[in-house]
Amino acid sequence: MVAKLKKFIENAGWPRIIIGLFLVSLYIAAPMVNVKVLTSLSDTLVRVGMNGVLVLAMVPMVQSGCGLNFGLPLGIIAGLLGATTSIQFQARGLAGFGFAMLVAVPIAVALGFIYAQILNRVKGEEMMIATYVGFSSVAVMCMAWLLLPFNSPVMIWGYGGSGLRTTISTENYWRHVLSDFLAFGSDTSGTFYVPTGMFIFFFLMLFLVWGFFRTKTGTAITAVGSNPEFARASGIDVNRMRTISVILSTVLGALGILVYEQSFGFIQLYMGPLYMAFPAVAAILLGGASVNKATMVNVVVGTFLFQGILTMTPSVINSLLQSDMSEVIRIIVSNGMILYALTRKTQVKR
Amino acid sequence: MIDMKDNIKHFLISNSVPIIFIALSAFAIPLSGFSYGYLVQEMLTRLARNSFLVLSLLIPIMAGMGLNFGMVLGAMAGQIGLILVTDWSVVGIPGLVLAAIISMPIAAVLGYVCGNVLNRAKGREMVTSYILGFFINGIYQFVVLYLIGIKGMLRIPFTGMDIRIPVTNPQLVLSRGYGIRNAINLTGLRHALDNAFQFNVPFGSAVIDIPVSTYALIAFFCVFIVWFRRTKLGQDMRAIGQDMAVADSSGIAVERTRIIAIVISTMLAAFGQIIFLQNIGTMNTYNSHDQTGMFSIAALLIGGATVSKASIANVFVGVTLFHLMFVVSPMAGKELIGQAQLGEYFRVFVSYGIIAVALVLHAWKRYQERERSRRGLRGEA
Repeated sequence: MVAKLKKFIENAGWPRIIIGLFLVSLYIAAPMVNVKVLTSLSDTLVRVGMNGVLVLAMVPMVQSGCGLNFGLPLGIIAGLLGATTSIQFQARGLAGFGFAMLVAVPIAVALGFIYAQILNRVKGEEMMIATYVGFSSVAVMCMAWLLLPFNSPVMIWGYGGSGLRTTISTENYWRHVLSDFLAFGSDTSGTFYVPTGMFIFFFLMLFLVWGFFRTKTGTAITAVGSNPEFARASGIDVNRMRTISVILSTVLGALGILVYEQSFGFIQLYMGPLYMAFPAVAAILLGGASVNKATMVNVVVGTFLFQGILTMTPSVINSLLQSDMSEVIRIIVSNGMILYALTRKTQVKR
Repeated sequence: MIDMKDNIKHFLISNSVPIIFIALSAFAIPLSGFSYGYLVQEMLTRLARNSFLVLSLLIPIMAGMGLNFGMVLGAMAGQIGLILVTDWSVVGIPGLVLAAIISMPIAAVLGYVCGNVLNRAKGREMVTSYILGFFINGIYQFVVLYLIGIKGMLRIPFTGMDIRIPVTNPQLVLSRGYGIRNAINLTGLRHALDNAFQFNVPFGSAVIDIPVSTYALIAFFCVFIVWFRRTKLGQDMRAIGQDMAVADSSGIAVERTRIIAIVISTMLAAFGQIIFLQNIGTMNTYNSHDQTGMFSIAALLIGGATVSKASIANVFVGVTLFHLMFVVSPMAGKELIGQAQLGEYFRVFVSYGIIAVALVLHAWKRYQERERSRRGLRGEA
């Protein structure tokens, strides 16, 4: 029994267990401080659905040895372009959402390809460069949002007549089209609510990525990530595999932000995507992934733990201490997780 | 003749980044419509304000640890010193000195932590120090927002004692009794160093103030760096920067030396942040340090430094060019396209973009060198 427990702790790792226990204790403490557990649970579920695909976008690049995808904003930008285009053409409902995806994916493929060409030339330093490639692309898009010829009145600034707004509502277009598909309960009534459609989409994506990594190409990508020298010796085109994985990550990022926006109800432009990679990175690490190994279980567990803490700490800790510490806890937990992953001894000698 | 051509070519290539920025400024300055007197004054002020922070980056680069994104740790330590000094209403030069004295041990401890963390992440120091900056920022916020105050947030049961760092000035503390306000007016410290010895020079129709005392401090520090490079420790650092394995086998305590490099850098950054804020005069408790790292690093890179090589000249050229663009670009954007916001975003893009480009170039070069040496082993070369 003790040996089993030790094995479990070793497998899961201390930080994960501490945070898991912390989350459980938050759920236990919730009723004592008059926080409705059911509401918090459905809040958690909504946020898991919102962020799941974004976290999934980490997996391909981690598997191919490109490290954590701090360049996620690049994929997000493709998604934002899809979203704004669909609103420009007044595409509504599920069809509108599909149209947004249809626009976003090719852009993501193109951006991902360019991104991959950069990353293939800087092997070993992908993460820092990815961060700044992401940041710079967000800044470029800030200029583009001002200059692109969008003219739908719901999107542009009322007074200037040009340039997109910082936040655009997706209401009347495709807000909640996925979330409310076969949904259980309703998010406005305050009862238990499960955004079924969003989860169907999330699990579909998980299944597709899982399946992809079982194909010949997928296995080759994993091989490149585990040992690039060995992969090369067995005749795998390392750069090509890395390129595929980066494109896949970028496309998933684009789809992920669309799912996020339809649930959130708003499109956030300009500096909005700047730091969006960090919660996703923290979530997958929290789920047990390392810098060069990630599974679907890591994605699901990590997203649930991370989003659980994000939803529970404000409500529980606030009523416990009468002050809002959730932001500080979020910063410490998420960056602490990333730091832990970067400094693990086994990771250093890869 | 060929020699000279080659020399010029080499000069142009190795200084391509500053040259591009000089060209950009030459284009943007007339567009912005600022007078030269104004710009010279701005640059002199900003050089005095930022140089020290940027100089603090040099030593880790020397030790081969790349750009020290962890310098924000030092900036936070400096800010804690300033908060306490403002609370005790110690003003003028004594206030600054006291703030420095308070922040030095904090910065040393943070630097020690940072050095140890980076020793566990050799080969990816930059991304680790970057994330460490965020992490320590969380702890800083916890301390400043919950532990400092007139009354404590948490009470130790049965003793009636609070867990808190005492600060009594109600102008500093949020109305709830603990936590520091977002903006702090450093009235007594404002320009304390700059005005200690100032020199006025007529420039055309305008009069330009030169904060000689601040420059004296910066000059002293430059001399320190030049001297430091020649000491045993400095030589050790350069050896480690060249090749960690070789340095290790020749008996240099690699890990210890790397920690020292980061500790020095963090302490200097704390000092730099104090100089920076005494010039600004107000402190954004939760934001001031945020951009310190990015702006300093971008400035250094614009000055022609790389991830593995940086000189004192790079610092001054970089700060001047970066801030010239900083001042000029919003106005130039407004004149050119009619939107000041566009120039603003351009500025953000340049700060991020220059770091991205510098990192890519450095990594690419290293990758190619590695490939070449491997080809050599295979005997194709």
